[in-house]
Amino acid sequence: MKAKAPLNCYFNHERIVPAVFLVLSFLAWQISGLTGSFVLNQVITRFIRDGLLVLALIIPVVAGMGLNFSITVGAMAIQTSLLLVIAYNIEGVPGILLVMVIGIFLSVLLGYVLGRILNRVKGKEMITTIIIGFFVNSIYQLIFLVGFGTVIPVFNQEIILTRGIGVRNTVDLGMYRNTIDKLWLFSIGEIQIPLFMILIVLLFAGGIYYILHTRFGRQVQAVGSAAETCAVLGIDTDRVRIKVMILSTVLAALGQFIYLQNIGMFDVYTAHLNTGIISCAALLAGGASIKSAKVRQALLGIFLFHTLFIVSPQAGQHLFRNAALGEYFRSFVAYGTIALALIVNVGNENRPIQRK
Amino acid sequence: MPWRCQGKQGWTMMFNNLIKLPQLIISVFLLVLIAVAWLLQMDMATLFNESLVKLVMNGVLVMSLIPMLNAGVGLNFGLPVGIIGGLLGMCLAVNFRMTGFYGFCMALLFSLAICAALGFIYGLILNRVKGREEIAGTFIGFSFIPFMNFFWTLVPFQNREMLYPIGGQGLRPKISLENYFNHILDNFCVIRLGDLEIPAGLLAFFALLGLFLYWYFHTKVGRAIIATGENEAFSKLSGINISRTRLTAVIISTVIAGVGICVYTQSYGFIQLYDEPLSMAFPAISAILIGGSTGKRAFVFEAVLGTYLLQSIYLLTVPVANQLLIPELTEILRSFITYGIILYALLVRETRRDCR
Repeated sequence: MKAKAPLNCYFNHERIVPAVFLVLSFLAWQISGLTGSFVLNQVITRFIRDGLLVLALIIPVVAGMGLNFSITVGAMAIQTSLLLVIAYNIEGVPGILLVMVIGIFLSVLLGYVLGRILNRVKGKEMITTIIIGFFVNSIYQLIFLVGFGTVIPVFNQEIILTRGIGVRNTVDLGMYRNTIDKLWLFSIGEIQIPLFMILIVLLFAGGIYYILHTRFGRQVQAVGSAAETCAVLGIDTDRVRIKVMILSTVLAALGQFIYLQNIGMFDVYTAHLNTGIISCAALLAGGASIKSAKVRQALLGIFLFHTLFIVSPQAGQHLFRNAALGEYFRSFVAYGTIALALIVNVGNENRPIQRK
Repeated sequence: MPWRCQGKQGWTMMFNNLIKLPQLIISVFLLVLIAVAWLLQMDMATLFNESLVKLVMNGVLVMSLIPMLNAGVGLNFGLPVGIIGGLLGMCLAVNFRMTGFYGFCMALLFSLAICAALGFIYGLILNRVKGREEIAGTFIGFSFIPFMNFFWTLVPFQNREMLYPIGGQGLRPKISLENYFNHILDNFCVIRLGDLEIPAGLLAFFALLGLFLYWYFHTKVGRAIIATGENEAFSKLSGINISRTRLTAVIISTVIAGVGICVYTQSYGFIQLYDEPLSMAFPAISAILIGGSTGKRAFVFEAVLGTYLLQSIYLLTVPVANQLLIPELTEILRSFITYGIILYALLVRETRRDCR
């Protein structure tokens, strides 16, 4: 009885949510009057930009830790290393490699700390990750708005505010722009397909699929389903959870790097702020829940969610003569998807207990 | 074993970890700031006067957390729900051009009715997500804000002073209360002692609310709320209707939050609509935690103490940061303290629960 009920609702959930998103984004697209090829091009770009960030969420969900809103921490790690490398004027390929190395090192470190923290707050991981995101953001701001130019010497004066303290709001990434984006660029009609980047995202997707089917992946799934059984099986739950957080943070860092180099501009203080929420909403749009997530749901979710995201301001413009309404609609969809997922999932989780 | 853990050891742990450390750090920090302000030869009397106004301005919002905390619903991260109810109440009062005390009282009355209705729905949802109220509340609040942005844009209010000057549709993000009930409580019965101005009317209003809460938790219903928060299973056995008790607590919390934003706004001078309530929950929550609340049980005194400490720090960081020529430092320090305190409390609280 107990096993049957959640399975049933999960089965429905997996299909209904993507279907709703499909209908909504189709309607919004029709109203917006944008051409299909424009939307498709945009969606492909977003797929590349946000793909890895969404994929970073899967493993923590499988491990039963819920949505990991602290992927913003990983994003900030790579941004920190990027700013450091720019501050010391290291250009070209060595620069990119150095950014990766420092970024991964930082995010492994931060992921370990995150894992340790989340092991202390079992059952309340999601609210903790949100607060951690905000908290680390304030430290990040402290470093770059106050620390740069006062405590930390900077050799690249272009990125510093005129007063000599603090980094500018936007930093140009001209020296790294379009280095890998334009590789293997195909055009079919008006649609441009940067095959190399798509393959990279799919490679990571395959990698996560593979990891979930290795011995480590089985351990993660065991941790996610029942912590008690793990103790019997001899799996060190805390260790697995720390590893999961490290993996997720590193993936988020790499994802943010792809995101930034694709845009080519870098909003130092705002680029990372919404990554957590938008990625989580995209994952849920694909039919995942806070208890289970699959790679294909993540990939589907990015397509559906970002289609809606792209067309809704124009749809608002056409429907109400007010583009702001479309903006409100899309933030409502982003927050609302997460809120609804939480209410439905936790509600279903509680129901058998309440009946007893 | 569980007795010992909860009894003596639990108490010492609480004193060592929770009550002493953050309060101590915050108090020392406040003293340092006061010393710096004194050294910079700032007008201490004015600062003191302002600190009293700030205490009540934010204190009512902080008090609104108490009923939910006591009922075991947790920290109310969904504070925006109540805040929006209050904002709507004030907008109605301004729309009907109600001025002075009459206007303020009508605004309170409107928000009372709206918040009671909103609190009822919010409470029903929170009962469904028992055990995960905090994360669900966060996203209910977050998603309610863009939803209400629709409303603010499309609502057919008539008062020109509230609408966008161009186009005449949609409410302004900041509505001035200059002609309505600006500083109505602040300027009520001000006692002047030399340089000191003590807003007696404002403080009396605050004290009245505090006394109401104190009295309420000594009535039968209030005691039932506390019992539910402390031990749900036991309360159920004693014949308390858990769901209804929690619902009552949520409604009271939401109503007081509505009153709180009315008090805040009359001090601030502008009704702030749209995305403004988004981050209002966090300072309020950290205030009650600084006051020494365990995040499981809260007293009126803790709310008052915490608000005074936090708001005095907020107040003092502005001139000090300006003196250091980095104005952004204020905001960064604020968010650092706010989120740091919440994170700390989450960590300590969850660890303490393990002990049981």
